[in-house]
Amino acid sequence: MGERKLIDENGLRVDGRRPDELRPIKMEVGLLANADGSAYIEQGKSKIIVAVYGPKEVHPKHLGLTGRAIIRCRYHMAPFSTPERKSPAPSRREIELSKIIREAFEPVIFSEYYPRSMIDIFIEVLQSDGGTRCAGITAASLALADAGIPLRDLVAACAVGKVDGQLVVDLNDVEDKEGEADMPVAYIPALNQISLLQMDGQLTEEEFAKALEMAKEACMKIYQLQKQTLKQKYVEAKEAVEKGEEA
Amino acid sequence: MIALPLLVERRQLVTPGDLLAEGDFQPGDNTYKSNGKIISQRLGLAEFKGKRVSVVALKGPYVPRVGDLVIGRIIDIVLGGWLVDINSPYTANLSVSDVTGKPFSPEMVSLSRILAIGDIVVAKVAAFDRTRDPAITIRERGLGRVEGGVIIDLTPTKVPRLIGRKGSMINMIKQLTKCEIIAGQNGKVLIKGRNLKMVELAIHSVRMIEEQAHTSGLTDRIRRFIEEEKEKASRMI
Repeated sequence: MGERKLIDENGLRVDGRRPDELRPIKMEVGLLANADGSAYIEQGKSKIIVAVYGPKEVHPKHLGLTGRAIIRCRYHMAPFSTPERKSPAPSRREIELSKIIREAFEPVIFSEYYPRSMIDIFIEVLQSDGGTRCAGITAASLALADAGIPLRDLVAACAVGKVDGQLVVDLNDVEDKEGEADMPVAYIPALNQISLLQMDGQLTEEEFAKALEMAKEACMKIYQLQKQTLKQKYVEAKEAVEKGEEA
Repeated sequence: MIALPLLVERRQLVTPGDLLAEGDFQPGDNTYKSNGKIISQRLGLAEFKGKRVSVVALKGPYVPRVGDLVIGRIIDIVLGGWLVDINSPYTANLSVSDVTGKPFSPEMVSLSRILAIGDIVVAKVAAFDRTRDPAITIRERGLGRVEGGVIIDLTPTKVPRLIGRKGSMINMIKQLTKCEIIAGQNGKVLIKGRNLKMVELAIHSVRMIEEQAHTSGLTDRIRRFIEEEKEKASRMI
């Protein structure tokens, strides 16, 4: 820690961003034909693909609940997603992330509409450069909406952390590993609720409050992008039709 | 009285979480109310009727409703009936009594002689509630095993668009292509016709509806498309 400067004399970060600046984000929806819903996200150098299946019949049947659908989630990192090969077997970390990501979605999915059924979310990290749980949640929201599953809202997620004594948004891998703190937050704008909050490292009480505000703000930017991405395909189809009409 | 804010236009594209209206409104299909706000649950088009605000979903799973016409595939034979995949989270039960009126003894007749695994049936949802899997029947006119034709998939939420107001869309396609078209509410569409070119046109029309369900003037556009294609075909001969 502290050997490399993470913020330079101009106040810019290792990749040239300002403290409150997100990495460039690219999102796409509905790219997998075999899944009911799918999404892809690139956030900086992190690349993640998400597939959603369901609601579908529960197997084995006794796992089903009479009052609502069960939600299953698998967060997985591809063996080629890290600089050193990662064993494809689910690690302790991946099992934990699968659980907390599932819990981030429990409050938004209208699971009571589909009793005795299940919804599967598969998050596959293709390339990892920090912030994959947040990007995974962001993309999984899109995939759920793409599958036509009723949601109270989309969930947007982003991390805030502390590097070189300064609060910064959307950490990359270096900042996460060498910085002093990392705090991923998942936010549900329509309900003004937080459905995931974790923290590594240390923040003072004031820093924490400030960090939470920064995270919400960052999530709102991501949220707008999510909405745009969902609509894009339909807007394009509509424009193409209207163009044809004029011709 | 102050006009209460309705925040969207009719047929505006909305996403889950979009605020549709605030105040004295009622939540309709695919919307919910929270703190006096009507919010969308799905990606779709906003609609309202009086005080009721709803969203016409563009994509979504099929949930059976009693009386729905569905097209399913036999996936298993069980004691006294069949299990049918109806493209929904719930597998449907088709019991022997909903197939033949004749008395039936399992020792005498093998069920697979009546309907085998893999057979396609046009059926009606006879009963369904949240606690049990749906029961379907084929003991009505126009229902039963499918003998031929093409089945294509359509997003279940777009089936009403294929049918159109009082059947305007589907009847127009039927009339122009001379094909028999059965639209299952579960997003399976059966197309039967003698002329291959006409079947092709009908399939293409359904695909167009899938892609352009959220645009207006669709019926006219499809009519024009079929007429143009028919003319092209007749000139080639």
